[in-house]
Formats: sequence, structure tokens, C-alpha cells
Amino acid sequence: MAAEVSSGYAVQMHGITKSFGSFYALTDVDLDVKKGTIHSILGENGAGKSTLMNVLYGLYQADSGRIYINGQEVNIKNPTAAIEHGIGMVHQHFMLVDTFTVTQNIVLGSESTKGGITLDMKKARQAVVDLVEKYGLEVDPDALIRDITVSMQQRVEILKALYRGAETLILDEPTAVLTEQEIDELIQIMKNLVKDGKTIIIITHKLKEIQASSDVCTIIRRGHRIDTVPVRGVSEDELAEKMVGHAVKLVVDKTEAKPGDVVLDIKGLYAKNDQKLDAVKDFNLQVRAGEIVGIAGIDGNGQKELMQAVNNLIPASAGTISISGVEIQNKTPRFGIDQGMSIIPEDRQKEGLVLNFSVYENAILEKYRDPNFNPGFTIDRKKMMDFTEGLILQYDIRPDDCGPKRAGGLSGGNQQKVIIGREIANDPKLLIAIQPTRGLDVGAIETVHKTLIRERDKGVAVLLISYELDEVMNVSDRIAVMYDGHIQQIFKQGTVDNRTLGLLMAGGSYDGE
Amino acid sequence: MESKGRKFLKNPFVLTVIAIILGFLVAMVVLAAAGFPPLKSVGILIKSMVGKPKDIAAVVVKSTPIIFTGLGVAFAIKTGLFNIGAEGQYMMGCVAAVAAGAVLDLPAPLEILAVILAAVLASALYGGIVGVLKAKIGIHEVITSIMLNWIALYFNNWFTNTRLYHKPATIGTYPIHESAYTMVLYHWKKSEAGRAVLKSNDFLKQVLGRNDINMGFAVAVIAAIFVTWLLTRTKKGFELRSVGSNIDAARYTGINVSKNIIDSMMISGALCGLGAAFYITGQSPHLLNTLSATENVGFNGLSVAFIAQSSPIGCIFAGLLFGGLLYGGASLQSQVGAPTEIINIVIGVIVFLVALSVIIPQFLDKHVRKAAPKTETVGTDKKKGAGDAK
Repeated sequence: MAAEVSSGYAVQMHGITKSFGSFYALTDVDLDVKKGTIHSILGENGAGKSTLMNVLYGLYQADSGRIYINGQEVNIKNPTAAIEHGIGMVHQHFMLVDTFTVTQNIVLGSESTKGGITLDMKKARQAVVDLVEKYGLEVDPDALIRDITVSMQQRVEILKALYRGAETLILDEPTAVLTEQEIDELIQIMKNLVKDGKTIIIITHKLKEIQASSDVCTIIRRGHRIDTVPVRGVSEDELAEKMVGHAVKLVVDKTEAKPGDVVLDIKGLYAKNDQKLDAVKDFNLQVRAGEIVGIAGIDGNGQKELMQAVNNLIPASAGTISISGVEIQNKTPRFGIDQGMSIIPEDRQKEGLVLNFSVYENAILEKYRDPNFNPGFTIDRKKMMDFTEGLILQYDIRPDDCGPKRAGGLSGGNQQKVIIGREIANDPKLLIAIQPTRGLDVGAIETVHKTLIRERDKGVAVLLISYELDEVMNVSDRIAVMYDGHIQQIFKQGTVDNRTLGLLMAGGSYDGE
Repeated sequence: MESKGRKFLKNPFVLTVIAIILGFLVAMVVLAAAGFPPLKSVGILIKSMVGKPKDIAAVVVKSTPIIFTGLGVAFAIKTGLFNIGAEGQYMMGCVAAVAAGAVLDLPAPLEILAVILAAVLASALYGGIVGVLKAKIGIHEVITSIMLNWIALYFNNWFTNTRLYHKPATIGTYPIHESAYTMVLYHWKKSEAGRAVLKSNDFLKQVLGRNDINMGFAVAVIAAIFVTWLLTRTKKGFELRSVGSNIDAARYTGINVSKNIIDSMMISGALCGLGAAFYITGQSPHLLNTLSATENVGFNGLSVAFIAQSSPIGCIFAGLLFGGLLYGGASLQSQVGAPTEIINIVIGVIVFLVALSVIIPQFLDKHVRKAAPKTETVGTDKKKGAGDAK
């Protein structure tokens, strides 16, 4: 139920409906955010939470519904109007100029000037320093954006909003790119802001963070508001159930691994990044048949280059990579695939699918050249369709008549299912999954994890690379921590907690067993 | 649900036709502004394109090389490459055709085959250079092919003046041997019997006697069908399109990206080479001249591919339209006195509007959304009315 319109609320959105063509992204959604609180918006991917916030920030216009700021009805036509009403938004992808300093980025677009002509950077810098001190948002105002960490860049985005006089801050999935420690710091910053009278709306699908940070949580499912609850006194399981509409197991069910022969063997691997610096340094790892090895680590510690080297997209400057004893380094991607390696790539839209192609064509992106599949010069269209229909059925790819349609039109989860189905149809000896659940909702995540475990049980060696620590901890039989291009330490599942892993991921050391 | 009318307007073929009609309207405005009678001028233009069998035949002949270069460019676009080097590839094909045809003297079928093969190979290799530079070193194809276009022009001029090929007292080479000619019924036309028939039959006289009607157009149609088949039905086409549509995904799935870029440029070049081969073997003067500037057969192919929205079959029709406008433009000048630049304006406007026409579906979508509630009520009213009538 919508609350009475009153000045005790920073933001009230009543009866918001928004459609895109015949698709209703939001239907009659109410949101009441009390002043001085942290209010989280929880929902699966595509539930409509970002759409709702984009309406508030003026990026979209609602078809119907009213928006009140401090009890006053407002018309937010565009982000400029939103900013005038004291609303600031930190997007998932930062909008910063890499070669500008922190201060320059913060004032960009609302620069203070001397007499309306020349920039008054001194004044601007002082304003930034004041904000930094007021909220404990430690950043160096003179550092270049490209030299500071992702979490610092996020602070710059927050400062940018505050500099423009934001009273209500919208944070769109702010923790996706942060380490455990950085998340704690961010939550502390949020609490400081609230103490000073600011209001924060945070979009997330991480239950743990809601518990750690928020006062109130609004759950949205398929464009409808399901519930608004005080966070204290609600369990993670209850929230998860409200989000997906049925009970979801948060823990992955699996039996003890029965590791067999070594399939993937990487020894002393070195590989360089775009800047010609060693990104992978003396990397050693073995993955056996019938086990899942997870690589935990923060983005940017050489995972990308490791995978590119394994897939022969960049050369290995030293060391060997072998699959069942056959060295594959410094050959072609095709060679690795022919040795029984299948890869579920990190970026499904860029590396996994040809979005302009039909689902049929994407399904046979590797199979098409198999002489058993297509013996002649042409592609057997009947076989292609039958094969794809099989995958659609087996992996529950929706809509089930998507075969002849553009792959780009599928939702993220269904796109991922097409890739997973295609890769597993190769009967790989080694399956490598990089961030396989990135951006997927709880239901789809469950499917992906079950599939990985099923392949393991069939005797496939599985290597999982993920920046989500929980995922690595839940799914892997062995957990390897990657830091600065090499493996820090390897643990059996269940012998280590996330604090320890977080510490190792951040370059700390750990002496215990 | 989309209404029928809206779907009709979103059809790319319909959009192209609208663009062409608008092109003519703009031309009429320009003609009127320049002081020429617009309706009469356009009437003359169209009549001189399709008025007599002779004209239609001439348009087909004029269009053939442009259809081929259009096909080459369209093929490259379909596989993710912008072959602005069609011009140079076409010129190298012409040089190779003359190089082979003026020296070799074989029996007709062999001679024809040899000349065509020489032209296709030369053009394919010339396109291949662009492909190799892009695939191996990463230089953008537009830059290299523009450079190579100039090299082809000067190579043509050098070749024309070599001692072996230069025909004294002319600015050109010796023509190729007659055994390489691909005009339809060429020898029969010149025989006693042939001349007698042509004299008595006006239609045949117009089509065969007055024109270099040749085998090129039929081959162009076959080539367009072949290219469509290659792209949509074969493994090779699948690879080429994958690389063209998403090079990263293609690389990840083990497709040899460099090889496919090179292959694509070579096939694109080969199609331009076919155009060159049938120009040299099928149209007078069957030789090369020293050129002060490029003849634009390849550049016109770019326009053809755009008007056809890179559909190979569409290139046949777009090529005919283009050839027709070039041919008809000449009559416009002689009969109305309007400069041929008017024709260039028409062509420019059509290409511009076709490029612009991709916005129309987006515009409709925006318009539809705003009008949605209105149409809904209209719909229910109608239903009600129908119910009452029953």
C-alpha cells in the first residue's frame, strides 16, 4: 500500500506504470522512501528495479503515476530536472574521464567560473576537499582517474552527486565491482551519509548486503511491487523467496568429488597484458577429471590474460598449458577446442554469441564444422534445427519458439543457456566457465551451477573463474586464490572462510591450514 | 500488435522504393529550380531508359559491370568489411583481361576462359592484399584500399604505355583478340545471313545490332544467386558471416578469423574482376586507355550495394536502376539541355534517402507508442460497431 504523501518522505512514487511497446516493465508500482534511511530495492534481473530508478532519475518517462519529493509533486523530465530536485544517481558503469583528475571529474558539467568565463579550479578543489572531509570519503582530489582503484572511482561518482547538491542518492548495484573489504567500507560511507540526513536508495540482488546496510527493503518481481519490509527481523531466505516467488536453495547440493586423472595442467605460465606487462606470472594449476576448481580473485589480477592464453588468443611468453598431456600453448583457439576444451566466455554478448544471428545459427557456431554434423560443403539446415530444438528442450531456453529468432532478443539468462548448451554438446574433457552467472537471476544461477556439477559428475574437469566469492565457495571442490598473476594458495572446499579468502584476494597472507 | 500498414512501411524493399520515388521528386524540384520543365524532363528521362528495346538493351549492357562491383561490395558488407577498393580491384581486372586477351590467341571458349580467369585472379589478389594487411597487421581496409585504388590507376596508365601493349598513335592499348569476345551471337551478327535477319527484324536489330549485348548480365544473375547461396547455406558463408558479425565470438569458437577476412576480400575482389572481364570482353572498345581519373565503376558499385541494402539479388535491380540513370541522363542533356549533374543529384538523393530510411521504423515506433491509447479506443469502437450490426 502506498503511504500518505508527506514531507517525511524523501521520495514517493505512486502507481508508476511503464511499458516498452507491448511489454510492461512496471505495473502500478509504489515506492515510499523515508528521509534519512537506506532503502534497498531487491529483484531479479529484468524485474524492473533499474527501470523504476531510471524513471526517478528522469531517464525514462512513466506512462502513468506520480512522483513526490519531500511531499511535493514533481515532474521529472530529464536527469537535469532530477538533479535540481536533489536526486543523484551512481550508475553501474562509471561515467568518468580517465585522463582527468578527481576534482575535474567532480565539477565536470557544473564548473564554477570566474566571471562566467574562466574556470575557478581552486574554488572547486576546496569544495571537493570539504565534501571529502565531511563524509569520510577518502580520495585524493588531484589524482588521475586512471590511477585510482575502482572503489575510489565509485567514491568519485558519489562525490559528483553530492557536489551537485544531491539529498537522495541512487546507487545501482554498487558492490558488483568491490572486494569484501571495500564493500564494508562502502556500507560505512552510506551510513555516514544517512547520519548527515541524506537518503540512499540502493539497487541490488545481494541479500547479504541488504542485511548489512539497509533499513527497509522493497521487493519487485516482474514489474510488480511484491512487498516492502523492514530489514531487521527478515531472514535472507524470506527475502529470496519474495524475490523469485518460490523457495530457492542458496546452498548448492552436491556430493564429494571423485577426482581422476589430470586433464588441465598449467606450469610456470607467463602472459602479457595490453600494456606489455606480465599479467600472468609463474602460474601453476592442475584440474583433474571429475572435480571443479574455482579461481577466486578480484577482477584485474590476471584472470583475463590467463584465459586468453589458455584459449590461444594471446601468446604465452613462458610455461606450458596441456590438456591430457598435449601442449596447446601458442597454437590456435581451434587447437584447444579440438583437444576437448570448451569455454563459456565471460562476456556472452561479445565473446559468446553473434547477436545478429538466429538462435539456430548460434547453437551450431562450433558444431557446423564437425564432419559428422555437416559432411558436405553446405550446412544441413534440418540437422541444425533439430539440434537446436534439442538444446532448447534440454536447457529450457525460453521462449521455446526462439530457434529462428535473433539471439540478441533473448534475455541474459537464456542467452547464457544457449552458450552452455552449445559448449556442453561438444562433450568436452575440460569445461572452463568464466563468470558464468554474471548478471543472471537466482533461478538461472541455480541452473548454471547444477549444470556445472552435473558435468563434473560425468567426469569432466571443470575450471570456474568468478569474481563472486560466494559462487566460487559454493560450487568448487577446490578453491584457488589468484592474486597479481599467480595462485596464492589452494584450499579444499569447506576448509576456509570468506574472510580469509578475501584477505588473500587482496594480497594479504594467511599462515593457517 | 502491429498494424498491416506499419509493417508494410517497415519492409526494407518498400522503404527503398519510397526512397527512389522521393529521389525523383527532389530531382524534379531541382529541375524546376533550374528552369527546366520538371514533369517533361523526368518523362524524357524514363522514356529514354525503357522506351525502346534498344534502350533497354543498352541499359542492361551499361549496368552489367556496376552490378558486379555492387555484388562485390555487398558481399564484403555482409561479411563485415567495407570494400571501398572495388574501384582498384575492377581496374586491375581490366588490366589483366587485356594483358591476357591481347597476347593469347586461343580458340574462342579457351580464350574467353583464360581472359576471365586472368581478370578474376588479378582482382581477387588485389583485394587479398587489403585482406592480408587487415588480418595480419590490423590496418583498416578503407585506408589501404583507397591507396590501392590510386596505385591501380597509375598501374593502368603505365601498363597502357608499355611497348608490348601500347598501340602507336593512340592513347590506348591494342584490343583483345576477337576470339575472347563475349557478345551474344557476335559472329552471326556480322555474317551475311545475320545481317539479312537484322535488317528485316526491327526488334533484333535494336537489341543485337545496335548494342554490345553480352553474356555478362546472365553471369551477373547467376553470380548473385551463387553469392546468396554461399552466404546463407554453406559452411564457408557461415564462417564469413560469423567473423563479419562478431569477430570476438568467431575467434572464441575456433574460427580462423584472419583467413576469413582475407577470403572475404578475395571473393569481393573476384566479383569485381568478373565485372572487369565482361566489360573488356563484352563491350567496345575492348581495350585500355590512359586515364586521367578513375572511371568510377567500383565507386558506383558502392552506391548500388547501398541502394540494394547489401542484398545480392537487390544489386541486380539497383544496378539496372543506376545504369539506367547514367544512360538516360545523357538523353536528358541532349533533349532538354539539362546538365547530367541533375542525374548525379538524383542518384545522390536516392543513396542518401536509402541510408536515411533506416530511421523510418524507429520513427514509427516512437509515433506508435504515443498514439497507442488512441488506436486502442478506435479499435474497440469499431468492434462495438461490428457487434451492433450483427
